[in-house]
Amino acid sequence: MLRHLFFLLLGFYSQWAYATLPIQHWQADSGARVYFIESRDLPILDVSVDFSAGSSTDTPDKSGRAAMALHLVNLGAGGLTEDQLTKGFADVGAQLGAHFDQDRAGITLRTLSSARERGRALELFGKVIQHPDFPEYVLGREKARVIAGLKEADTKPGNIADRSLMKMLYGTHPYGLRGSGEIESVSKLTRQDMIDFHRFRYTAGDAVVSIMGDVSRDEAAAIAESLTRDLPRERRGQSIPEVTPPAVGTQRIAHPATQSHIQLAYPGIRRDDPDYFPLIVGNHILGGGGFTSRLMEEIRQKHGLAYSVHSSFTPLKEEGPFEIALQTQKEQSEEALSITRKVLADFIAGGPTEKELIEAKKNIIGSFPLRIDSNKKILGYLAMIGFYDLPLTYLNDYVKAVSKVTIPQVTQAFQRRINPSGMVTVVVGLPDTSGK
Amino acid sequence: MTYPCFRFLPTCLWAALVIPISLFSSAALASTHEFTLGNGLRLIVKEDHRSPVVISQIWYKAGSIDEVNGRTGVAHVLEHMMFKGTKKVPGGEFSRLIAAAGGRENAFTGQDYTAYFQQLHKSRLPLAMELESDRMRNLVLTEEEFSKEIKVVMEERRLRTDDQARALVHETLMATSYQSHPYRHPVIGWMNDLQNMTVEDARQWYERWYAPNNAVLVVVGDVDPRQTFNLARKYYGQIKAKPVLSLDQRKPQIEPKQLGVKRLTVKAPAQLPYVAMAYHALSLSKPETDWEPYALEMLAGVLDGNESARLNKVLVREQRIASTAGASYDSTARGPAVFYLDGTPSEGKTVVDVEAALRAEIEKLVRDGVTEEELARVKAQVVAGHVFQLDSMFFQAMQIGQLESIGLSYRDVDTILRKLQAVTAEQVREVAKKYLKDDNLTVAVLDPQPLEQKAPAAVPAGLRH
Repeated sequence: MLRHLFFLLLGFYSQWAYATLPIQHWQADSGARVYFIESRDLPILDVSVDFSAGSSTDTPDKSGRAAMALHLVNLGAGGLTEDQLTKGFADVGAQLGAHFDQDRAGITLRTLSSARERGRALELFGKVIQHPDFPEYVLGREKARVIAGLKEADTKPGNIADRSLMKMLYGTHPYGLRGSGEIESVSKLTRQDMIDFHRFRYTAGDAVVSIMGDVSRDEAAAIAESLTRDLPRERRGQSIPEVTPPAVGTQRIAHPATQSHIQLAYPGIRRDDPDYFPLIVGNHILGGGGFTSRLMEEIRQKHGLAYSVHSSFTPLKEEGPFEIALQTQKEQSEEALSITRKVLADFIAGGPTEKELIEAKKNIIGSFPLRIDSNKKILGYLAMIGFYDLPLTYLNDYVKAVSKVTIPQVTQAFQRRINPSGMVTVVVGLPDTSGK
Repeated sequence: MTYPCFRFLPTCLWAALVIPISLFSSAALASTHEFTLGNGLRLIVKEDHRSPVVISQIWYKAGSIDEVNGRTGVAHVLEHMMFKGTKKVPGGEFSRLIAAAGGRENAFTGQDYTAYFQQLHKSRLPLAMELESDRMRNLVLTEEEFSKEIKVVMEERRLRTDDQARALVHETLMATSYQSHPYRHPVIGWMNDLQNMTVEDARQWYERWYAPNNAVLVVVGDVDPRQTFNLARKYYGQIKAKPVLSLDQRKPQIEPKQLGVKRLTVKAPAQLPYVAMAYHALSLSKPETDWEPYALEMLAGVLDGNESARLNKVLVREQRIASTAGASYDSTARGPAVFYLDGTPSEGKTVVDVEAALRAEIEKLVRDGVTEEELARVKAQVVAGHVFQLDSMFFQAMQIGQLESIGLSYRDVDTILRKLQAVTAEQVREVAKKYLKDDNLTVAVLDPQPLEQKAPAAVPAGLRH
């Protein structure tokens, strides 16, 4: 983005030009933290407002509350009905979106930056964020829809595997709660739950407002203020318990599908993890790097066992999951599982080769410009940097940190953090033993 | 609404970008340039200087529409085999070289085309062209690699179709709605055809369709058009043209007139029932003089183009008959088009209720037409979508490639945008009346089957059935 603002950073691979983003940051009078990049290339404005209101704020009996509150904010707000709101956004061609995970709930707006469209869209957006009405009849209807979705999800092998895996991995830790909740808990959610939750969790002190696009700094400041000034001022934050190692085990669940869904997991990394870069670079080699990873090579290229196989870290406030997932014809699921375990064990025991490390770095660093080649992608980074309170130079530092990772760092970080014989494993869809 | 098959599972971003491209998202053409090499390869270059990156896509005018009985799925299988190496760049090297250059790559096969792309820093465009042009001519197909890759494709079919109840409904719906047109076959192919496919089938496909005069190269990014042309000439220029059938030389395969409503049921493991309805419609062929496809696009917009559109408002929110309800139509296709409606009954309602409610909306539309307010709302989204699309180079390249590979031109984008904005309420009513009628209709119903093998461990607490 912003070609004229690119500057050269002579990094590990000096043939590349690296960008840093001219992020402006301040605190609004409301208490909200604001992250802004001015970009006049396109007549578009993107805004994201994020709160510590993810699924880890739920409890087992209120599981699904955070997701429901986020889902309902634009279905009646500031005295306007859902019909008035949805028409209002549609009339100016504006698009609402949402981001939701264990830590975070975010609401996004994309609008044309022309005065009429922008003004109308932001006016409605301000109501949605600050004054959701949570109408009783809307809640009742949406609960029924979510429950229908949960019932459907509970029949799908991938969803069954996800859910079982997270329970095994996290036990009673709030990261083990399913974001959309459970049928039992969702059915009991009340309007008061929504109101209380919004009042407690959607505060200006906790809000991160990210703004990207065709407005001036003064305009951005006014926008940030108008989106948060009616919220409670408190800065509540959220303390999430530490994650402890899971009880090792393999759960096998029958399912009529033709394929087995195989998933393995272990506690992974935190956003501010000292092992962040060695683990991210190592994972790229193990199973994160598109078509050239070890898992892809062994499982798909050499054995033709699966269409998709990958490993991933999901960094969160506390340790997010390290996961490996693949799907294969039921009859060969044990073979695929044992190859997967072997690839993982070998990687952790022996670490990457020199060649693998160099190629992984070349890809991660060389593809850096692709990460920030659109306003939408940049908005995502602004929101993440703001929410996790990362330095404004985060993207810049990222490249440098990746370039410094060494083989011993990767090997030791994996050996310290991932116990290949302590993984929790789920296989949904079992070989037919009836001789059919 | 036929989803393209990818060489490997795309990131969410790609999936979201590729699937819903329709006329609703057009791009400005201020800085687009076209060239044709001596061997017939068309090159379209669109400048976007916001970021020092480039996307290079090559589109072959060969998709599942060109397949014949017994060999369904071969276009997509060949797409997978295109990564298995040439004499110069052995198996796996292509991906390794692109990755080491900081690039991302993938490929996808649709009904009308097969496309390959790389996204990388602009300084690496020569590498992408060198590798892509090499495999246009020099692919090495071996029995050994084929025997492994065909297994991967079968796993892909199991994952995306055989174990997905709604995908099975859509596959069966298309196979029933069309009785002779090749759109009746799934892009991924029928399982039995995959089981019996040979490396020779893939080779014949490659020999027949992979030629510069059957391809369009689309480059979008921070590039100079003239330099890009020179690069293309350097890497693709020596490849000889082949006697490939041009689009207008291929058999038209016009679908015979449907003589009455068709109905079908699919039984598959699922919890919720589901109904999908497909009406035969037409696709865009003459952008300047056609009007019906634009009116059908607006019709889909009025029914389901935004959160406040009719189906969501009436069926989901007001009447609470459905927990989801949708409409879709894509006018850009080489063959005919279909207008879809679908819905999931809410608790206590049935597919019969949902179908009746969907039909009632159509009847209301034919009887009373649409309001100017609704139409203006859909047009506002067309205009905004046109601007929003400029934020994504991938999107811009996709639109150019899709139009070019079905026999239209990237230049038609302006016309399309203008004609969409000119659609009248009366035209919307007219196309609803003309196309959304029973003799054009196929209705598919999902009859959900219990997971009888399901172990108690997987039954969630509180499940009351």
